[in-house]
Amino acid sequence: MKHVIEGSHAISEAVKLARVDVVSGYPITPQTHIIEAISEYCANGEMKAKFIPVESEHSAMAAVVGAASTGVRTFTATSSHGLALMHEMLHWAAGARLPIVLGEVNRALGPGWNIWMDQSDSLAQRDTGWIQLYCENGQEAMDTTLFAFRLAELVNLPVMVVIDAFFVSHTFEPVAIPEQEHVDDFLPPYEPRIALDPDNPFALFQMAPPNVYMEMRQSIHRAMEHTLDIYHEVENEFDAVFHRRYGMIEEINCENADIILVTTGSATSTARQVQMDMEKQGERFGILKIKTFRPFPGKAICNALQKAKKVAVLDRNFSFGSGGIFAQEVKGALQVLSQGPVVFNYIAGLGGRDITPDIISEVYLKTRDRDLPPCGSEWLGTSPRDEN
Amino acid sequence: MQTLNISDVDFAEPGNMSCPGCGASIAMNLALKALGQDTILVIPACCWAIIAGPYPMSSLKVPILHTAFPSAAVTASGVRAGLDMKGDTKTTVVAWAGDGGSFDIGIQSLSGAAERNDDIIFVCYDNEAYMNTGVQRSSSTPYGSRTTTTPGQGWKKTRKKNMIEIMAAHGVSYAATANIAYPEDLIRKFKKARELKGGTRFIHVYATCTTGWGAPSEYAVKIARLATRCNLFPLYEVEDGITYTLNEKGDTPVDAYLNLQGRFKHLSLEDKAGIQNQVDKDFAVLKNKLSVC
Repeated sequence: MKHVIEGSHAISEAVKLARVDVVSGYPITPQTHIIEAISEYCANGEMKAKFIPVESEHSAMAAVVGAASTGVRTFTATSSHGLALMHEMLHWAAGARLPIVLGEVNRALGPGWNIWMDQSDSLAQRDTGWIQLYCENGQEAMDTTLFAFRLAELVNLPVMVVIDAFFVSHTFEPVAIPEQEHVDDFLPPYEPRIALDPDNPFALFQMAPPNVYMEMRQSIHRAMEHTLDIYHEVENEFDAVFHRRYGMIEEINCENADIILVTTGSATSTARQVQMDMEKQGERFGILKIKTFRPFPGKAICNALQKAKKVAVLDRNFSFGSGGIFAQEVKGALQVLSQGPVVFNYIAGLGGRDITPDIISEVYLKTRDRDLPPCGSEWLGTSPRDEN
Repeated sequence: MQTLNISDVDFAEPGNMSCPGCGASIAMNLALKALGQDTILVIPACCWAIIAGPYPMSSLKVPILHTAFPSAAVTASGVRAGLDMKGDTKTTVVAWAGDGGSFDIGIQSLSGAAERNDDIIFVCYDNEAYMNTGVQRSSSTPYGSRTTTTPGQGWKKTRKKNMIEIMAAHGVSYAATANIAYPEDLIRKFKKARELKGGTRFIHVYATCTTGWGAPSEYAVKIARLATRCNLFPLYEVEDGITYTLNEKGDTPVDAYLNLQGRFKHLSLEDKAGIQNQVDKDFAVLKNKLSVC
């Protein structure tokens, strides 16, 4: 049955349905609604879990690291500066191979203070060893959260479920909330690989000298590769119960398209509409939505893009001194082709600025009308340059 | 020769990676005798992160969860929450941090856990500087001390943070100081802390570092004993932030303590007199707290 709920609450509902044992939380806009709802479920007994109202996001992640080490299911949520403060513990969670799930609402970093949509916070955590899954809408947020627990517990890596600030987190949409029994069918009780136990004492996450550290890093890499291998299979399991799937990538009318637009998150929905509108005007482009940023499904992306002449990557993020982050990754994936498409990179929608249908049209037309991209990224919708 | 009434059951293996004369190693050995097998330790970055041994070894017979520097208390809170969900009520969760991981980088997490009254014992083994990184000053380093970041004439001119009073001010059920030179008192306090389940308990253990303090390793216990005899580190307990009990009353001038350690050797007679004056004032304040109870 569908309920009209906001994106944040789609995640909270999924956490409840996943029968999570320990949740920690610290408020930060625009994430706060997620942990507010969960603390309410815990207070009124809808959810049988411990909610730890910690004093910082660093502590939020440390608390679930501690709890997960006892072999229970854990969750926390954050945004932006909170995620930045968590950074050290993100490394700890992944290095410890703990299947923690984190709800992350993309938000810009200050200064200047900005509470709005921007992917720079989560993408800056690229190398922490977390799986990152980006969602387009409330239903996908709900489904991805449930999926994340299953995936995390299969590969022993933490998973970040990422939604757009406000465009998803605070937008009310009809969302199918699954029955508990169906969730239980898909998500069995967590069977931990290791758990702290005084009857079987050992040390966890201790000093690792050069003779062992590198193998430990390699095992995280292998788990990421394994994730790519089993992702489809886990989606089959999800699909069998809930009749929905998203893929690591989604190809939207990419067959025989000369130009393919690469998008993430809620901007994909806007692009879908523009694609339909422009098709009526005789203009045709494909859309490639990337859901999985880590592990990066380079092979699948390469397959999807290899026949196109031009690829336009729309980045809602920026790596200073370099370019849009998804564009860099896509270019890297296409390196294996001897004659791959040329890649254009457009920057738009930073700090909560809208990515309007006009911006999507502009991306398409600018790519259509030029044979080669200019050097570097192109910023769309910014004011004329102030030379002072 | 007097025989101490201490159990010979050990939860620490005979060999570990501590320096000769390590007070922190003595502290752990004694604490685990009191805490027993049903204990999970959470250790942040500190000397004990090394002493406990590298992968895949362990120098202790209880489980250890190593965590990041700022996070000892809240990681322990998380372990407690996980055990609670599993229905394990018998295991004691103990955060075991140095002075840096308690007074400095760990104080936010510790204060948070104490305010939530999470069911953990937090132990600060205090060697009065960042010893594991090579003797840098912390907010526990006492006035007058030289460290590698307070060298020469830049010796530390500010006081040591009064950690037990900070913790007592949180109103925790039990806050106590203990000293490796008073093993029976230390064991009694750990046993008492273990019994007072249900909230945050804090034990501040004085743990000599002869390596960092510039003293012969065989003076580890002697220096620690003098710290209490000189009233520099009084042994006392605070219950619910209100009820104060003094366990030892010192009567020795601070010179006896200061003169044994290289870290204080630059101090003039006037400097030492200033330290004595401050110690006397602090002890008078403490005694006042006893009298109101």
